[in-house]
Amino acid sequence: MAKMNMLHAINSALDITMAEHPQACIFGEDVGYFGGVFRATSGLQEKYGKHRVFNTPLTEQGILGFANGLAAFGAPALAEIQFADYIFPAFDQIVNESAKFRYRSGNEFNVGNLTIRTPYGGGIAGGLYHSQSPEAYFAHTPGLKLVVPRNPYQAKGLLRACIKDDNPVIFFEPKRLYRASTGEVPEGDYTIEIGKAEVVKEGKDVTVLAWGAQMEIIEQAAAKAEEAGISCEVIDLRSILPWDVETIAKSVTKTGRLVISHEAPITNGFGAEIAATIQKECFLHLESPIERVCGLDTPYPLALEKEYVPDALKVFAAIKKSVEF
Amino acid sequence: MTNPNNISLNISHALEFIDGHALNIPTLKILSEDGEILDGATAPELDKDTALRIYSTMRFIRLLDERMQAAQRQGRISFYMQCLGEEAAITASAAALKQEDMIMAQYREQAALHYRGFSLEQFMNQLFSNEKDLGKGRQMPVHYGSNELHYLTISSPLGTQIPQATGYAYGQKLKHIDAQSGELSSEIDNVTICYFGEGAASEGDFHAGLNMAAVHKAPVLFFARNNGYAISTPADEQFKGDGIASRGVGYGIKTIRVDGADTLAVYAATQKAREIAVTTGEPVLIESIAYRLGAHSTSDDPSGYRTKDEEAEFKSNCPVARFKAWLLKQGWLNEEEDEAQKDKIREEILAALKVAEKVQKPALEELVSDVYDTPIPALQKQYEELKEHIKQHPDAYPITAGRVK
Repeated sequence: MAKMNMLHAINSALDITMAEHPQACIFGEDVGYFGGVFRATSGLQEKYGKHRVFNTPLTEQGILGFANGLAAFGAPALAEIQFADYIFPAFDQIVNESAKFRYRSGNEFNVGNLTIRTPYGGGIAGGLYHSQSPEAYFAHTPGLKLVVPRNPYQAKGLLRACIKDDNPVIFFEPKRLYRASTGEVPEGDYTIEIGKAEVVKEGKDVTVLAWGAQMEIIEQAAAKAEEAGISCEVIDLRSILPWDVETIAKSVTKTGRLVISHEAPITNGFGAEIAATIQKECFLHLESPIERVCGLDTPYPLALEKEYVPDALKVFAAIKKSVEF
Repeated sequence: MTNPNNISLNISHALEFIDGHALNIPTLKILSEDGEILDGATAPELDKDTALRIYSTMRFIRLLDERMQAAQRQGRISFYMQCLGEEAAITASAAALKQEDMIMAQYREQAALHYRGFSLEQFMNQLFSNEKDLGKGRQMPVHYGSNELHYLTISSPLGTQIPQATGYAYGQKLKHIDAQSGELSSEIDNVTICYFGEGAASEGDFHAGLNMAAVHKAPVLFFARNNGYAISTPADEQFKGDGIASRGVGYGIKTIRVDGADTLAVYAATQKAREIAVTTGEPVLIESIAYRLGAHSTSDDPSGYRTKDEEAEFKSNCPVARFKAWLLKQGWLNEEEDEAQKDKIREEILAALKVAEKVQKPALEELVSDVYDTPIPALQKQYEELKEHIKQHPDAYPITAGRVK
């Protein structure tokens, strides 16, 4: 074990992959010598050569088009989109191509070797175009898997699982936690199963659910709630697609209440899918309406970020509302 | 002198702009319309067997297209797209490749697939979306694909295969790169050819794919089929400048323009382009100038946007007839055998059509397979619910009900 921040943990997962497969390639804007704007790929070009770790021209659709081809060839394609806000030019290559490669060809071809890494979310004073959480757009697309880690240990184990998974995966990295989150991480290889949520803290009054950087927020809210005498079960969803209905339903059956929180705008955010599914699965066990604490239905702001974000106080208020219903 | 902009500066004191049409790229032509080698032209080395295989492929596709166009009109299949007018460009370029080279096509390149060995039965199974279709009945007719024949399954969105071809070709090159120097250490085994129309060259994927191939030196052969029309939009409403070829030059890609109705010119250009790609690892652009004689698809009617005279003019420049004339002069083909062959193929096509349209549709399970490597839990649940529903209402779902367990 070693003390690592999330960037080191991601770098370590990539390093293991590059050593493991002689044709694995890391590519994206500035990922070469510079190591990416956040330095997630630092040192890898020196180690594996310019032909395997390289800067691309500034073309997100090109990065993903190239990645689809490379993965179809059979090489692990580790593509980076510099900010999730800039993934939209690659939308067609992801939702029409990556996601449908296997299906449309009757499994004659697939891009299971594709992993897309992209920093998402707010909290870095990035304003409009450096703070978005676009996971829900992709969650509507059969054929993709979506994973979001909450700390360095999760980041390395989940990223390795994404790379080994035989389907295209988007790995959303909470950039606010890149350096802020540190912890003990094994130096060797390990994986964390995709599609499984984690019960981070057990409780009996209310289930509080989030993923990625929002986990820190709901943990703070849960701590406030505990002080007020409310016992919270805190769950990290970890995988958005596929998502772990069973674990969430089991928890809500026990607590009778659910509060979901995510940074993205509330309307049609992934919380809506969870709320719809859980009300069906747990209808007779629910003691109050499922609460969602999310971003407003506005683009992500700069100056009034504190007001916009679903912070711990807002989550705490929703927990109280749920319990007092 | 050079600077960080990667441009050799050639200082001038004259205020002059370069015209968008300043490049006037020549068009390689080897064979006359009568099937003669033109003065000053050099015929590529093309053995008799290969030449006859090219010809029989072109002729087969023409007969298949004719029959299946009619089948669509009869309501037997939902859609069809012909290769008419571009048989030479597609077949001769495919013939200049190795069997294991990757083909990433747009949608009108069935001749390349047949040249590789895709059988009449396989074509029919795809066109009828039956349970023997390699694509398991998920896409419209003419969206062929075969892993065994190194032919990527067609995707309807236009131009998406262009940057994918760059990535695939880069993969083909990787094992030939020296880990220390990062340079090419040996000739590349296989390359990728990427076909697209001049309309697709307006998509962002075209720019992305060519730019990345040039910068990262991917051994991909970009084959632009400039056939004059993108559905109803004529080329002069599609782009300015000197064709698609001038764009290749702009990206720093070795480029050639060929007469796409000239089998020998296309074959020679593609053969040379492949040689450049395997030895340098770099991309090449070939622009084929041909004419889409047929409609864009069975959903299109060209009489609304072009004249009968124009079509007649290009019909007289038939790529199949031109190559046939050369074969006859070579003494490699005779008219009687050719006619007899045609009749035989027509019969075979009709027979295969009748068989394929009676083969049952894919099983219900194929609705949910291949979305992921294995169905995810939510999908498994949906499938079980669907099966139960069908079992309760078998009359409403006659195609699958009898086979649901």
